[in-house]
Amino acid sequence: MPNADPTVRPVATSSTDASGLDQTKSGWKKRRQRFSGLAFVLPGVLLLLLFLAGPFLTAIGLSFTSERLASPLPTRFVGLDNYIATLGSETFRQALGNNIWFTIIVVPVQTAFALGLAMLVNQRLRGVRVYRAIYFSPVVMVMTVAATVWLLMYSPDRGLLNGFLSLVSFGTLQSDWLQSETMALPSIMIMSIWQGVGFQMIIILAGLQEISEDLYEAAAIDGATPWQRFVSITIPQLRNTLLFVATVTMILSFRLFDQVWVMTRGAPLGNTNTMMLEMVNVGFEQQQIARGSAIAVVFFLIVLTLTIIQRRFIKEEVN
Amino acid sequence: MRSKTRGRRLAMYAFMTLLAALFVFPMVFMVAGAFKPDVLVLAEGNTWRAFWPTEASFDNFSGAFRRGEFGQLFLNSTIISTSVVALGLVVNSLMGYALARLPFPGSWLLLLSVIALTIIPLEAVAIPLLWMMSEVGLRNTYTVQILPFIANPLFVYLFYTFFLGIPRELEEAARVDGAGPLTTFVRVTAPLAKPAYATVGILSFLFIWGQLLWPVLVTSGPDVRPLPLGISVFVTQPPISWGQIMAFAFMMTIPLLIIFIVFQRWFVQSVASSGVKG
Repeated sequence: MPNADPTVRPVATSSTDASGLDQTKSGWKKRRQRFSGLAFVLPGVLLLLLFLAGPFLTAIGLSFTSERLASPLPTRFVGLDNYIATLGSETFRQALGNNIWFTIIVVPVQTAFALGLAMLVNQRLRGVRVYRAIYFSPVVMVMTVAATVWLLMYSPDRGLLNGFLSLVSFGTLQSDWLQSETMALPSIMIMSIWQGVGFQMIIILAGLQEISEDLYEAAAIDGATPWQRFVSITIPQLRNTLLFVATVTMILSFRLFDQVWVMTRGAPLGNTNTMMLEMVNVGFEQQQIARGSAIAVVFFLIVLTLTIIQRRFIKEEVN
Repeated sequence: MRSKTRGRRLAMYAFMTLLAALFVFPMVFMVAGAFKPDVLVLAEGNTWRAFWPTEASFDNFSGAFRRGEFGQLFLNSTIISTSVVALGLVVNSLMGYALARLPFPGSWLLLLSVIALTIIPLEAVAIPLLWMMSEVGLRNTYTVQILPFIANPLFVYLFYTFFLGIPRELEEAARVDGAGPLTTFVRVTAPLAKPAYATVGILSFLFIWGQLLWPVLVTSGPDVRPLPLGISVFVTQPPISWGQIMAFAFMMTIPLLIIFIVFQRWFVQSVASSGVKG
């Protein structure tokens, strides 16, 4: 059987240089193989065109029009109007600001927390797998369930958290959590970190396990302290993994939707509004498909920028 | 010396257990709340009794079925999730396999396009997709919640890299016996790729079971509404019954919990592999 893939090492087989009969047979096989290749990718290609690439181009196209959901009004080309309206809107700017705040706080805290947890469960200790499973378990709860449970825990007068706070502070510490203008967004941050940190922990743990033991042993022989080993071995070796985790968390921060939808819908006074909530409000509730598409494009540009920055910082692994 | 390391180990366990409590307490709270009368969920909400199912009964569960239509929503979520996972495994693995093993003119360009497409999140296409789906009258169906999520560029790529790593010789033996590409794939390659199927299957189930944004846009009644949207509606549906809400939340978690407990090794591996550097 001749190797039909030119990019992979060619395997010399007897049929390539054999009789003419074999040649036609192998040519036919080659064609059949190409045909199969096309047939195999066809369903995937159609679906990706229809539900990903197509809508993506449509988003860009629609964002320059006046299209509304199920409206008899004719569609007009409006140039950059939707972008100007979006970026000029007080609500949108507040929502974007909230996303940025969320990113600034959550990305470093969650990444560091995940690294700490990963190092804890990477120890050679009996029962460490149980701890790993427990730290990961909120991921299994899915975000809407976690947000629902935390919604009750954040209740100012009946909530578990205020109950605990007042217990440890002898009744002096209390918070209105989600109903407080200053604490609402931090409350969302806390529960988001709680729910998502296990996922990051697992990815970092996989990175930790790839670091060669020899490096640590050599350092121990040189008399390096645990902190020195952490700074000069663990961190540099995990560089790409940490960058990846931080970027994914950043992108997730801009996708923030489920928690705020369940817990606050942007209240109080827009203090927990987010880009995605705003996109649903404008594009769906207010039926302004075109302006919703403009928000989607702005959102995509943010994601694209973050991804490009990550790619530039990731170093090729040196063997 | 010995007692010192022992002491340190005990301290380590104590620390890790404290952290574990931090992760577990909302779940214990949820399960306890699911079993106790409504009034007590609130009355004991800020005491240590919040973690104890006082006056336990199954009333909240029947309430979640009756008032929250848990049965219908669970059926909806099950139909949507299993369809997406099953069809997705077939479509994405076929595509990944062809890109790795059955090249055709332009297949390298397709591979690059697939990698480029992984950057586009669902959120960036949700609004125009909503517009397209409502133009063709597909809103409020199972179809509209299944079709868009079958093909996934990240999963195609995961399959592609996995298939590249399978030794060619194994397939060639089958080819010599006269098997065509499809037979070879089904009989030889796919069975060797079980880890890839498990990984992608778990990741895609985790994602689709929890999906909220898309159902918010395309469903409007309980007939086809999935659980995540269902619980967000139930939380605001008067009279608000926290006991029933907790029962709803608990039951909604059970399928993933079972998958997690039974396939823990695969589950962890699939999460780790979502971090492969592209």
